[in-house]
Amino acid sequence: MARMKFLCDAERCIECNACVTACKNEHEVPWGINRRRVVTINDGGPGERSISVACMHCSDAPCMAVCPVDCFYQTDEGVVLHSKDLCIGCGYCFYACPFGAPQYPQVGNFGSRGKMDKCTFCNGGPEDDHSDAEFRSYGRNRLGEGKLPLCAEMCSTRALLAGDGDRVSDIYRERVIARGFGSGAWGWGRAYPGQGS
Amino acid sequence: MKHTAPMNVFAWHRAVTALAALVVAVVFSAIVIGDAAVAQTGGSVPGNALGTTADSEFWRQIRQGESGTVAGANEQAGTLIQSEGDNWRAMRNGPLSKWGGWALFGTVALLSIFFVARGRIKIGAGASGKTMTRFNLFERMSHWLLAVSFIILAVSGLNLLYGRYVFLPLIGADAFGAITLYGKLAHNYVAFGFMAGLFLVFLLWIKENIPNRHDLTWLNQGGGMFNDAHPPAKKFNAGQKMVFWIVIVAGVSISVSGWSLLYPFRYEMIAPTFEWFNWMGFNWVPVDLTAHQEMQYTQLWHAIVALLFIAAIIAHIYIGTLGMEGAFDAMSSGEVDTNWAMEHHSLWAEEEMSEASAKEAPASAAE
Repeated sequence: MARMKFLCDAERCIECNACVTACKNEHEVPWGINRRRVVTINDGGPGERSISVACMHCSDAPCMAVCPVDCFYQTDEGVVLHSKDLCIGCGYCFYACPFGAPQYPQVGNFGSRGKMDKCTFCNGGPEDDHSDAEFRSYGRNRLGEGKLPLCAEMCSTRALLAGDGDRVSDIYRERVIARGFGSGAWGWGRAYPGQGS
Repeated sequence: MKHTAPMNVFAWHRAVTALAALVVAVVFSAIVIGDAAVAQTGGSVPGNALGTTADSEFWRQIRQGESGTVAGANEQAGTLIQSEGDNWRAMRNGPLSKWGGWALFGTVALLSIFFVARGRIKIGAGASGKTMTRFNLFERMSHWLLAVSFIILAVSGLNLLYGRYVFLPLIGADAFGAITLYGKLAHNYVAFGFMAGLFLVFLLWIKENIPNRHDLTWLNQGGGMFNDAHPPAKKFNAGQKMVFWIVIVAGVSISVSGWSLLYPFRYEMIAPTFEWFNWMGFNWVPVDLTAHQEMQYTQLWHAIVALLFIAAIIAHIYIGTLGMEGAFDAMSSGEVDTNWAMEHHSLWAEEEMSEASAKEAPASAAE
């Protein structure tokens, strides 16, 4: 079974934000919520780098560990998903997440958060595959259709790679060898510690 | 020829423009080359594409929480990796849960041992049948506002920390999720009742809870808890004063941290507190905290105070109900037996009685 991973090649990302837009459109993500964002380091300065980041679907996911209602689950392919029926909007997953992935719609009083929303690796949620209920709560289930995440599919410079971790690292390794530099497989050390996990 | 004149003029213009462009280009490239040279020799450019330094420094900075910019998002979104979340997770799921559980379990165990060894503390002289007013209706209402809201907050709060391991396997994910959601809502709203109760109780009883010399005698004799001594006390004995001050200090602390959790990422409370710690002499406390760390420390502190607070209140509930005969009347009807009052609050009881007889005396003299 493949282990799904994201990899953003910082030498290629041009901060066009197409991944952010594609994601929002594909999943009809509501106002104020971005499942993916592009961070630019040294913006406007020498050595500027941009990195597209969303949920990295960690091996030992901190969100899963701290959730008071245990609403997360990890698929056989390593995709971290959650149930919005169980989520209580406590915000703990956002405190724990290294990548700032969980997002919350503001509902009700105080700073009270609605049901958490995050990147699903285009894999829907616990509802029946391709059902309306699944689409409404979690967005498109492209993985269920045999497709890969749209953000990576749309990426014009092929900076963002998504799919089987082994294939992704092969592609990236080839690039690093060809251009002779740039070995920062961004976020992998944190998200997927250890070999092949 | 007629055609050449305009062309010459045109060529002349072009020459001037080209020259100007050249001057600009030379000056500009000098600046650029100069910059590049500085950058390269300075070795501060991340990435092999632009500089002589390795990428590793760049990636290391990101791993350690280096922040960038994000179009149209808040400042926090600029952080690529926040490792502090791992520390928070380790603390919350580790020592906090473990020692918090032991604190609660230990309190119950100690009280059980105490109950077995000491039994229920009876009124030594037996009930007199006559009563006197200890707490009026307003005092009791304030106490129960504080008490009921505390219990709701404690139960819903403990459920957030331990429910997943204790109740979820028993009642299933759906029922547990629904209960916990209502628990969270209750926790958010009831908090204001707690704060109101805390405020009222503080105003009502602060005067009688200022320590005095009788407290030393009381403490010296162990409050009569381990023997049959009945050290003198006014309205509140030293033990009750300790409960009062624990409630006030912990209550204020938990209200403030809770307020920050209720309105997340809006306040900076931990950093100023840590600065104060450092000023007090703990020079090792970090004060340069990220917004995430503020929330993480706030949650940890809220939970630590809550667990100790609950442990203290379990003991308070024990002595007010099961542990001592006649004590619960003070907070239910407000009327306590005079013998109980004489034994546990002799100075207060004498004062009340002499006041009552002083009131009666002029009335009977006038007859």
